[in-house]
Amino acid sequence: MNARIVFTIATLTLREAARRRVLRSLAVMTIALLSLSAWGFYRLDAEFGGLTSGEARLATSSILNLVMFGLSMIAALGTAFLAGPTMAGEIESGTSLAVLARPIRRSWVLLGKWLGLVSFGSGFVILAGLAQFIIVWATMGYWPPRPVIGLALLAGQTAVLLTLGILLSTAISPMASGIVAVGLFGATWIAGVVGGVGRALDNPGVERVGEVSRMLLPTDGLWRGAMNAFQDPNLLAQSTAFDGHPFLSQSGLSVAYVAWTALWVALVLGLAALSFRRRDL
Amino acid sequence: MIGESTAGVETARRALADLPESPAVWCSGLRKRYRRQTAVDGVSFTVDRGEVLGLLGPNGAGKTTVIKMLLGLVRPDAGDVLLLGRPARDPRARARVGYLPELFRYQPWLTAAEVMALHVRLAGVEVPDAERRECLATVGLADRAGDRVGGFSKGMQQRLGLAVALVARPELIVLDEPTSALDPLGRADVRDLLLSLKARRVAVLLNSHLIGEVERVCDRVVILDKGRVAASGTLAELLGQRELRLRLDGVSPEAEARLAAAGQLTRAGDAFTVALQDVDIVPDLVADLVGLGVRVHAVEPGRISLEERLLDILRAGSDRQ
Repeated sequence: MNARIVFTIATLTLREAARRRVLRSLAVMTIALLSLSAWGFYRLDAEFGGLTSGEARLATSSILNLVMFGLSMIAALGTAFLAGPTMAGEIESGTSLAVLARPIRRSWVLLGKWLGLVSFGSGFVILAGLAQFIIVWATMGYWPPRPVIGLALLAGQTAVLLTLGILLSTAISPMASGIVAVGLFGATWIAGVVGGVGRALDNPGVERVGEVSRMLLPTDGLWRGAMNAFQDPNLLAQSTAFDGHPFLSQSGLSVAYVAWTALWVALVLGLAALSFRRRDL
Repeated sequence: MIGESTAGVETARRALADLPESPAVWCSGLRKRYRRQTAVDGVSFTVDRGEVLGLLGPNGAGKTTVIKMLLGLVRPDAGDVLLLGRPARDPRARARVGYLPELFRYQPWLTAAEVMALHVRLAGVEVPDAERRECLATVGLADRAGDRVGGFSKGMQQRLGLAVALVARPELIVLDEPTSALDPLGRADVRDLLLSLKARRVAVLLNSHLIGEVERVCDRVVILDKGRVAASGTLAELLGQRELRLRLDGVSPEAEARLAAAGQLTRAGDAFTVALQDVDIVPDLVADLVGLGVRVHAVEPGRISLEERLLDILRAGSDRQ
């Protein structure tokens, strides 16, 4: 392992993200979402000044989670569409020929790109997430109970998706890899909602849909853990009426699940390295 | 004890230094299939240190695939490669290798100077900024160092590719169609560059369709056809002996005997052709002919061109099929 090369490629990837239009479109989308949510929270407080504290917490928690879902969606789209071009795009255009003819191993390049993308995605999630917390705190006076864990899980979700994007982009075209990664992300989220409904209806068959999909692609599992860290902990304890709610989560994450996610990322990254090493350029 | 072991190391070092320098490129039995298509079929050759080797052949002969196998960009199905004495499986074999790909593209969001800095870092060498700028100046991009590559024309990108191949002080340079996007002036620049590399004893593997260029700068040529080596050797070996074409009148039998003494003679009217072993005898021969009262209208030393020879070899190959 050559740390110098990995670091060089990681900074190159960050510079690419900063200089390409991706960053600007990401910034525009994020600012639009944050301003909309600021306006929404402000109106919520103004129009429904007569809410009980419990009602206000419920509304704030679920809307915060909804907006955070929007942010994680932007991060997912952004990194998945960065991961595709940065690997497959460079192979297709020939940019990787001159780079890989240098005295370096392909796995170092892959790891460097992964590190660069993970830093970019995590940086985005943390900055945008913090901005959102401040908006909610300023408008509604609500501060999530475990913000650090929640943001770390969201960053993890981004890392999982871009690792998948990198694996796909070593084998298929840049656009296809982005589309497939985002498609799978959406499908797992829907499977998670279906599983939640199954749980609310005490239907183990339907509930298993969510569990299986959460093991195959850990994005939705991490997302549910993050939601749980953002919402008011007393909320779900009071009532079972919110079972199956798509923007409230019943339980936090187990250590085993987080470990499985780490293993999943390592496995998929290893697979990507294997696929990239065997590829003729 | 310590004295003895130091002496031993010294002996070993001297023994290693006395060994002939390993060739810049050594490859043996390279083979590559893409599905049912055999692209390269048992190619072997060497490029010696400081030598310029031309790789010639028609489209689809497997030239680019061979180059990519040498550089570890394509996995050979069989065969071995040594670059500068190291097995090509080891990335360090490429530490002193510069490469301009046929499909040359550089990060469009970087400036030319940043692309150079990136390649220096990847090569793991220390090259001062002034030397990097000099490299860009060599290819005519001195005043574009701070511009983004995305705004470069094809020709400028190819020039940048040449600078990238040169920047990390290579001992071997692999150029795959280095003049494909260049204007005639750019081609002349590349020719001068190749000659200066040759003078600095940098080995060059050159794949080019421009046979004239290859003929002017290459020491040896390998001709590939349908994935195999169809012919190889120095230009003299491939092109055979030189000949001297003369247009003369007033040729006496003595003068004709003098011509025949210089080499095998063929005559058609006033046109005489003498096959020469050595071109240095031409001035003496002409002086003798004038002394014998011959009127000399034209003296033209020549040999069959590489292009004619290449076409012969390729046609012979397709006739055998």
